[in-house]
Amino acid sequence: SDTLESLIVADVAGLADNTGTLSLLTTDQGGIIDDCIVHRTTDGYLNLVCNAGCADKDLAHIMARLEAAKSSGMDVDVEIKPNHSLIAVQGPKTEGVLQGGVRDDLSKLFFNHTALVDVWGIPCRVTRCGYTGEDGVEISVPTDRTVELVEKLMAASDDVKLAGLGARDSLRLEAGLCLYGNDIDETTTPVEGTLMWTVAKRRRAARDFPGADEVMRRFKAKEGRRRVGLVVEKAPARPHYPILNLDGEVVGEVTSGSPSPCTGQNIAMGYVDIGYIKNGTPLQVQVRKKVFPATKVAMPFVPTQYYVERK
Amino acid sequence: AEYGKQWYQRRVREWVNVSGGVGRVGITDHAQAALGDIVYVDLPDVDAEFDVGEEVSSVESVKAVGDVALPVSGIVKAVNDALSDTPTLVNQSAEDGGWICEIELTDTSELDDLMDKAAYDAFLESE
Repeated sequence: SDTLESLIVADVAGLADNTGTLSLLTTDQGGIIDDCIVHRTTDGYLNLVCNAGCADKDLAHIMARLEAAKSSGMDVDVEIKPNHSLIAVQGPKTEGVLQGGVRDDLSKLFFNHTALVDVWGIPCRVTRCGYTGEDGVEISVPTDRTVELVEKLMAASDDVKLAGLGARDSLRLEAGLCLYGNDIDETTTPVEGTLMWTVAKRRRAARDFPGADEVMRRFKAKEGRRRVGLVVEKAPARPHYPILNLDGEVVGEVTSGSPSPCTGQNIAMGYVDIGYIKNGTPLQVQVRKKVFPATKVAMPFVPTQYYVERK
Repeated sequence: AEYGKQWYQRRVREWVNVSGGVGRVGITDHAQAALGDIVYVDLPDVDAEFDVGEEVSSVESVKAVGDVALPVSGIVKAVNDALSDTPTLVNQSAEDGGWICEIELTDTSELDDLMDKAAYDAFLESE
């Protein structure tokens, strides 16, 4: 836990068995290196899933921290799983479809819970999470059996359909979830990224994550820009389109945007000066040569459907 | 107005249909299919003047924005307002009801550089 906590902002020590959370790897200046999902398993390890696009830099960063931990006498190791792939199955019918291939009772696998499970005889790690805002699972499967797993899923029900990154991107945007590289990067700290909820209370108080002092300074200072959601009239907003106030002054920039299939509106994420972050604030977005009205709204744009345990 | 022969630009993205010096401009059916569901069309201002090849409009789909260049030089005389409420008209009828604007041609000799429908159809076959 300590080694992982020297890398990410989560309360790893406080995670209940076989549960996890979204977290961030930060630089010593508080910038976001990557977002990730961490789980505490009862199988003898902590499971960390990062963005494949950041694999090289994440690994270099993690291995450097590992070396430091070992030198200081910690008994810790990192095992990379190069022979595994991740298949996401998302949507309200996921549990029904998957239960047919799994002996364990999936109605007990709550949001952000994880388990080692045989799926149609294939040894997998199944986690009740995803990046669409919907109920669903991510299945870590041996790469050489990925096709077999997908074929079993498709055969299980006509409701199972393949979807590509275009669908994944509109779903995650509707859910208000960041895309690393677009909405967050090493120049944004969790403060600007409106992601302070990922920094556990205990970690804030202890200031024991990389960049903690800078992050807490910005958190208290209440200045600069913040990530917000927008609904834009007429034309879709796209990355890098300027966000203007009603006087036509540039007060921000769009980082993600697209028509929303579920709401029929043009939705977007971007950063605006802190004076413009109240819900309902009227703004404008410059779309090529024209300017269109926009409104700051709360995210998610579409209510999420996570299978949270009711206590 | 009654419109005459349709002319297709060699870039095969746009067409102009000319009758008595006035041309109706739009994108090809091929182009709309490549773009996908159209969500927004940027219409030009009436009386704006453009040279051949200059961007007069843009057609935006869910995933991409396509520039629309004038196949011949002209002055915008009318725009298809229906596209404001129903951009998908371009998908349904790119070469007819989904027209984008009407221009007054400023150099009709430029039509010589374009393909007519027979040549365009042959061009599509050869692709």
